[in-house]
Amino acid sequence: MHKKTIVELAAGLKAGEFSSVELTSHFLDRIERLDGNINALITTTAEQALAEAAAADEKLKAGDAGPLTGIPIVQKDIFCTQGVKTSCGSKMLDNFVSPYDATVVAKLKQAGVVSLGKANMDEFAMGSSNETSFYGNVHNPWDNERVPGGSSGGSAAAVAARMAAAATGTDTGGSIRQPAALCGITGLKPTYGRISRFGMIAFASSLDQAGPMTASAEDAALMLQAMAGFDPRDSTSADHPVPDYSASLNDSLAGLKIGLPKEYFGEGLDGDVRASIDAALEVYKGLGAELVEISLPNSAMAVPTYYVVAPAECSSNLSRFDGARFGYRCENPKDLEDLYKRSRGEGFGAEVKRRIMIGTYALSAGYYDAYYLKAQKTRHLISDDFKQAFEQVDVIMGPATPAPAFKLGEKTDDPVTMYLNDIYTIAANLAGLPGLSMPVQPVNGLPVGLQLIGNYFAEARLLNVAHKFQQETGWHRLIPEGLD
Amino acid sequence: MSLDRSDVEKIAHLARLALDENQVEGYAAELSNILALVEQLEAADTDTIEPMAHPLHMAQRLREDQVTEPDCRAQNQAVAPLVENVLYLVPKVIE
Amino acid sequence: MQWETVIGLEIHTQLASKSKIFSGASIAYGAEPNSQACIVDLGFPGVLPVLNEAAVDMALMFGLAVDAEIGSRSVFARKNYFYPDLPKGYQISQFELPIVGRGSLTIDLEDGQQKQIGITRAHLEEDAGKSLHEDFHGMSGIDLNRAGTPLLEIVSEPDMRSIKEAVAYARKIHQLVVYLGICDGNMQEGSFRVDANLSMRPKGQQEFGTRTELKNINSFRFLERAMNYERERQIDLLESGKKVVQETRLYDADRDETRSMRSKEEANDYRYFPDPDLLPVEITEQRLAQARERMPELPDQKKARFVTDYQLSETDATLLTQSRQQADYYEQVVASDADPKMAANWVTVELAGALNKAGLELADSPVSAEQLGGLLKRIADNTISGKLAKQVFEGIWQGEGDADAVIEAKGLKQITDSGQIESIIDEIIAANPKQVEQFQAGKGKLLGFFVGQVMKQTQGKANPGQVNQILLKKLKG
Repeated sequence: MHKKTIVELAAGLKAGEFSSVELTSHFLDRIERLDGNINALITTTAEQALAEAAAADEKLKAGDAGPLTGIPIVQKDIFCTQGVKTSCGSKMLDNFVSPYDATVVAKLKQAGVVSLGKANMDEFAMGSSNETSFYGNVHNPWDNERVPGGSSGGSAAAVAARMAAAATGTDTGGSIRQPAALCGITGLKPTYGRISRFGMIAFASSLDQAGPMTASAEDAALMLQAMAGFDPRDSTSADHPVPDYSASLNDSLAGLKIGLPKEYFGEGLDGDVRASIDAALEVYKGLGAELVEISLPNSAMAVPTYYVVAPAECSSNLSRFDGARFGYRCENPKDLEDLYKRSRGEGFGAEVKRRIMIGTYALSAGYYDAYYLKAQKTRHLISDDFKQAFEQVDVIMGPATPAPAFKLGEKTDDPVTMYLNDIYTIAANLAGLPGLSMPVQPVNGLPVGLQLIGNYFAEARLLNVAHKFQQETGWHRLIPEGLD
Repeated sequence: MSLDRSDVEKIAHLARLALDENQVEGYAAELSNILALVEQLEAADTDTIEPMAHPLHMAQRLREDQVTEPDCRAQNQAVAPLVENVLYLVPKVIE
Repeated sequence: MQWETVIGLEIHTQLASKSKIFSGASIAYGAEPNSQACIVDLGFPGVLPVLNEAAVDMALMFGLAVDAEIGSRSVFARKNYFYPDLPKGYQISQFELPIVGRGSLTIDLEDGQQKQIGITRAHLEEDAGKSLHEDFHGMSGIDLNRAGTPLLEIVSEPDMRSIKEAVAYARKIHQLVVYLGICDGNMQEGSFRVDANLSMRPKGQQEFGTRTELKNINSFRFLERAMNYERERQIDLLESGKKVVQETRLYDADRDETRSMRSKEEANDYRYFPDPDLLPVEITEQRLAQARERMPELPDQKKARFVTDYQLSETDATLLTQSRQQADYYEQVVASDADPKMAANWVTVELAGALNKAGLELADSPVSAEQLGGLLKRIADNTISGKLAKQVFEGIWQGEGDADAVIEAKGLKQITDSGQIESIIDEIIAANPKQVEQFQAGKGKLLGFFVGQVMKQTQGKANPGQVNQILLKKLKG
């Protein structure tokens, strides 16, 4: 059952081949059996999952089931879940049981999904390898010695190991697309504002966006359908109609103009990865698409811009963790300042502290203009690059990451090297554009991700372009050895 | 911009972060490296560029003035580290 | 040396919305601690602010009232600092592009002159919670009910040159925001808080001296006292060759002094930046037009109208329009056909005096405008005399019913039946032959004696005009 996509599982449920309780038990068994080695989940909610599955079965019987009714998924532990621990991968929230559901969680519940548990992640979504989690590393299902990517590493690994039919993720600088690439699954970061951020613990508010992580583009369409839409509790969510994402999946790609930014194919890109990407582009040519070389001249500014904007916003967003109302509080604070400093010093890990300090510095008196304001301007330049590009092409393609998954511990000593892993994904967040990563031909048994970047609110087009490729190839059907 | 020990201590104080004494030097080096990365921005000509704070050019939607939130104090305080007489307790605030 | 005082005020007005500025929690005063602090106000992980349109509209009304520049875009910013009454570790406020830009307000000075005070800006922000310093084992208790209450912070230019001017400006702003209905003006409950920036300079000097900021002032009386104390303190320092330190000082009403508040605190670095959770607010022409439509008549306009429409004196008009409530009350009295001048007198003297004596606000007056109007009507149509009207007023105040009921119950109706008055006078003339003789011999002053006797006999109810007329006729025989 676990090899099936959501679309196939939904058909099976509807046909009565298996019940949601059976399906849920099957996934729970796999988690029990496999997650000891992978560590994709922080919390498993077996009891609740089975209850939700039973309720879904009722709906299925009654004939008022939707396409996600009874489908078992995992939620990234950045989404607040009422009555369930919501840790954000941090010691700071190890004791935090949310009193409310995030909008994404509520909407998926509404759609009838079964939640198996909460997925591991980099602490407060700050990381590209899932090595900053308070709950330990996540191991890449394709190679136990390697990272799954981050920050949605647990979500990606859970789907790759087929411990869940799908997962939610969030993407601030590549945190859906990069782990999707390294774990060989399909991950979509929608347009900024497409999905409500309410209840999604903020890292960098102007960049954060939730999205689905699935086995196929077709599945991503179903998940996005349930997650997207305006939310009156998030005034940055877009009041923009939500199309039927499944309806256009099979549209022809004849005449599609694919832009290939020369900056994404230059120095730093692994040769084997490049070959895989090129092979994928050949498939698109075969589907009638036209390849156009383009330039995003300010690409080199993306990583430095991001490492001002994101830390600045996070330094402020994370000030609420002060040991007073929720979360970790240090033992016996001797005064107010001690309460703040030790609760935060002990509750946050090293990477979070680094980013808070960089952000604090970038916003502080005397440095604001040189760092924060400057980065807001380069952000504008980067955004304008895309605006111009989309006057020429329909979709932009390139690698999602410079190389396949690296070894655990390989890059933890040098934050800057780690940051450069997101070199191809960050720009879409700065511009607010939708991006998708999907598996293409693997390299030495490790997944490689092709990244698609679309224009604002062009998720349907991205899913269509990805789906056609997946119909043609089948790389997305690969499952790590020993896990099938 | 290279940060030294005292810079890091100042920043950590502003951000209310207690750092282990023996980690301060390490942070100083790492933060200096990150700033070196960030300073690549200086190369960009932004004289005529407007700062961009939000990815979408939308206006803010406003909320109608209605009381919609019921009293959820018990639920909200269930996760609080220290509460007495329905007040959150912190070390004495001195003005 | 001759010193000149320079004052600028920062006034925080709590806006009279139903819900908070960024959440749907109630802002009602006096609720149990933390019962009106929802997850947004508490800064729970994952929550987001959503701006209350009432706060925007109220700010716009203020901007229109002070003839301010109002931009088409307004931006919210975060002011970052750690404090227990500030749940998120930052206050959502405005820094660049405040909702209300430069404007001005004209104040009346004691000598009858007027002066224009510049308003630098007015911006929207969220209020903080409260730290309660009762002893919880040496800890402070935090109540976050107030956190997120909408505030409009009104910043003036340092245009005031005396404490009197500063108080007049503060009162005028108070009057204005209450008139506009955007603030309840209650200073005790902290709905209207004034911080004063005060500095001294030698008369004739151009540049400003070093200022201090005075906080914790919760009445106009204390505002005046705090500034007086601070003025003297600064002069003492300067005259003894010392320097004024730029700092925040807390006014202690019990000791009537100001004292340094944050001496040990390091210079603040608030790290303002645009709040990424809130997009720029667009102030559309339509929204502005709506605000304009909602504008009530402002105090100065009302005063001018009272002078013209009701033929009142400047003084009476000023008095009556001091508060919108009183002006409305007055107009209701007049609406029940009362004479405008008589009504002005009754509202500003009799009613105001009675309320003051009882320690009541106009809103709690036991005598409604209709009831007072009814009373004045009975004076005008001679049902009662002016003297007895006070007794009737007293009766209405005591809850004995409206004017007619009180007049009836107390039997205060004026006697206007000349036959009845005549027979009473006849009796009195018959009973006092000596006085009649003296009067007729030319002692005209004795008329008062006879009037007194009639009034005594009738318990003051006889119509004085008729009594005079009949008496004279009879006595002169």
